[in-house]
Amino acid sequence: MELFDLALIWAFIIGFGVIMYVLMDGFDLGVGILFPFAPSEQDRDTMMNTVAPVWDGNETWLVLGGAGLLGAFPLVYSVLLPALYIGVFLMLAGLIFRGIAFEFRFKARTSRYLWNWAFAGGSTIAAFAQGVVVGTYIQGYETANGVYVGGALDWLTPFTVLTGLGLVAGYALLGSTWLIMKTEGRLQEWAYKITLPLLGAILVIFGIISVWTPFIDDMVRERWFSNLSIIWVLPVLTLLCAIQIFRSVRNRLEGMPFVATMGLFITTYLGLIVSRWPYLIPPDYTVWDAASAYNSQLFLLLGLLIVIPFVLVYTAWTYWVFRGKVRAGEGYH
Amino acid sequence: MELDPLILSRIQFAFVVSFHAIFPVFTIGLASYIAVLEGLSFKTKNPVWAKLSSFWTTVFAVVFGMGVVSGIVMSFQFGTNWSNFSQASANFLGPMLSYEVITAFFLEAAFLGVLLFGRDRVPPGVHLFAAIMVATGTFISSFWILSANSWMQTPAGTELRDGVFHVTSWSEAIFNPSFQYRFAHKVIASFLTGGFVVAGVSAWYLLKGREVEANRKALSMCLWMLLILAPTQLVVGDFHGLNTLEHQPMKVAAMEGNWETSDNVPLLLFAIPDQENQTNLFEIGVPGLASLILTHDMDGVIPGLKEVPVEEQPPVAIVFWSFRIMVGLGMLMILFAFTGLALRPGGRLWRARWFLQGLRFMSVAPFIAVLTGWFVTEVGRAPWLVYGQMTQAEAVTPSLTGGMALFTLIGYVVVYSLVFSAGVYYLMRVLYEGMENNPHEPDTQSERPKRPFSAAHTTFELHDQNEQSAKQGGLL
Repeated sequence: MELFDLALIWAFIIGFGVIMYVLMDGFDLGVGILFPFAPSEQDRDTMMNTVAPVWDGNETWLVLGGAGLLGAFPLVYSVLLPALYIGVFLMLAGLIFRGIAFEFRFKARTSRYLWNWAFAGGSTIAAFAQGVVVGTYIQGYETANGVYVGGALDWLTPFTVLTGLGLVAGYALLGSTWLIMKTEGRLQEWAYKITLPLLGAILVIFGIISVWTPFIDDMVRERWFSNLSIIWVLPVLTLLCAIQIFRSVRNRLEGMPFVATMGLFITTYLGLIVSRWPYLIPPDYTVWDAASAYNSQLFLLLGLLIVIPFVLVYTAWTYWVFRGKVRAGEGYH
Repeated sequence: MELDPLILSRIQFAFVVSFHAIFPVFTIGLASYIAVLEGLSFKTKNPVWAKLSSFWTTVFAVVFGMGVVSGIVMSFQFGTNWSNFSQASANFLGPMLSYEVITAFFLEAAFLGVLLFGRDRVPPGVHLFAAIMVATGTFISSFWILSANSWMQTPAGTELRDGVFHVTSWSEAIFNPSFQYRFAHKVIASFLTGGFVVAGVSAWYLLKGREVEANRKALSMCLWMLLILAPTQLVVGDFHGLNTLEHQPMKVAAMEGNWETSDNVPLLLFAIPDQENQTNLFEIGVPGLASLILTHDMDGVIPGLKEVPVEEQPPVAIVFWSFRIMVGLGMLMILFAFTGLALRPGGRLWRARWFLQGLRFMSVAPFIAVLTGWFVTEVGRAPWLVYGQMTQAEAVTPSLTGGMALFTLIGYVVVYSLVFSAGVYYLMRVLYEGMENNPHEPDTQSERPKRPFSAAHTTFELHDQNEQSAKQGGLL
């Protein structure tokens, strides 16, 4: 008998990695989504400067998550990626374009507008594709004997399009509240102005998703409605976060909108998890079904336990060094 | 026409991995070169070393950035196109690939920033240390990847139960029979790549009379290294081949274009392998030489492709010709290394423009050699994905259709063409600008962490130097 339930520990690690990724890459993707709507080219420079030093560190969580999934929950890897085949390609293409745009826009002069489009388009497509992933997770995957047997475009349904749009709006909100925190003057004013409409859009989309979800899956309906359980705390907290965003924007607070938006994401994320727990590949496979061999999980865990503290410290240090306002024409070139 | 998802997936993987491979193979060699330059700079305090190091660090930053971008795609390919393989081999490959990512992550987090931007901010000893750690990190990264690949070539330490590989011994699986040969072969290949690129670029600068002192030093260093490593690679490659003969005889048979098991097998210099009729259409060979090389005996018996049914044979022509291109380029590298030595007395090296021109062109040779070398080992494994245990056909994603595979194949070709032509173009701009315009000015403007490319100061466009400064004034 094994000493620890490693599958559970790994579920926690991967779950932590996913929300870290969503929060951290979320705001820099959001800045990309908002990019074309910025008041001026100079503001675009500033916007990019607010995320330039941190975005690739943020994205490394995605690669780490991908490799970690293969090591710890290979079934997720071998079912989700085939199921999302075209979507994964779009996401990667989007991430590549925005990544390379980061590098070259700072070096470019006359071709700058091209990199602007690469940055904005790539960010939006990547965000949409990730939202679709969330949607398919709620929807479930058609499998037989641990193999995906659905069609090439099963991931594209009205519901997943809605979750895709929801995440684009959600990331845009993370982006706008990040800009409120990191900028000043006209750009900050613009960020304040767009935050509340974005919040409204998100509440509408999240509302529709929340009402729709129980109709898609019996298990989810059962869990939320069979008897009044403690999990109703989560949507209440989500609403409180939304109210907090609204109030703090009204009162022109600078840090609170971003913090409250992160809260909104975390509570929604937890809500999603409790809807589906312990299923990792709904509707058939649990965390334990999807796990790799015990000694493989252990072998990988040992290395990760050593490295993760360093990564967290480095990440914290980066953000600490990078604290404060980014002013026009300053910083990264 | 029926689209075959298996063939399309193989082409797609070959395309993305080939594209990706050219970046790390260069950065691994270059990282060590930079560490050596830093060491010389630290020891001698001669500013020429710092100048060289600072220039090549800029190049390193750009190439590293492109390697990271193309690497993201790789980690998803296993799942999207080879899901059965992922599922079956995850117990071993999952931890290997994760350790690779962790190493890269850790390396970037801790030391890359110091190497790229720390020259004026940290003590010289710390900067040197960072350079050594970055070089070490590149080796550790390739350690994991090559272990994973070698295991697919010569699986060991695992047991196939219910279609899933379970690790029975981590040390046997990691240090599987072909690992040490592959690792040595690949590391030397990286050094040769770094060496020929630095030599080629230095030769080009010397032809134009730019930064003569620094570039002569760089070229001379490279030529000494190539003189040792180019012949060494031949020996290591030979050992690698003997190992392959032991574990993957059909790969060797394809490399030699040898259909019948026999003794006194000739070394074919030219042939047109005809897989359909299981013979070569036309061949020129040296009698007995293949037997001599592979068994160290003229009458040694070498297995032929006909030992196994046609469907278990690798595509012979690709393996056969890739092998010849790789070996041919390797010989050319040795020739250049020795010519360099012969030209040294009396400084003829600096006057021999034909040699410098030749070196310029040789800077692409190691990339072609590395890619063809990978073709030999990867295509030569066919039809197996895990040699002797899992075929490519069993490994491919069951739900994948030909149309889907074709869509993403075209997609990746388009994306990579756009992105990497921009990248390579920019790299050319950096090289064109050279080290004169890499003024070594202390960067005290900001203490903020930065991205690899911000180590480069070259603009993207060619013709707007004046306009650029005007615009910069306006923009900032």
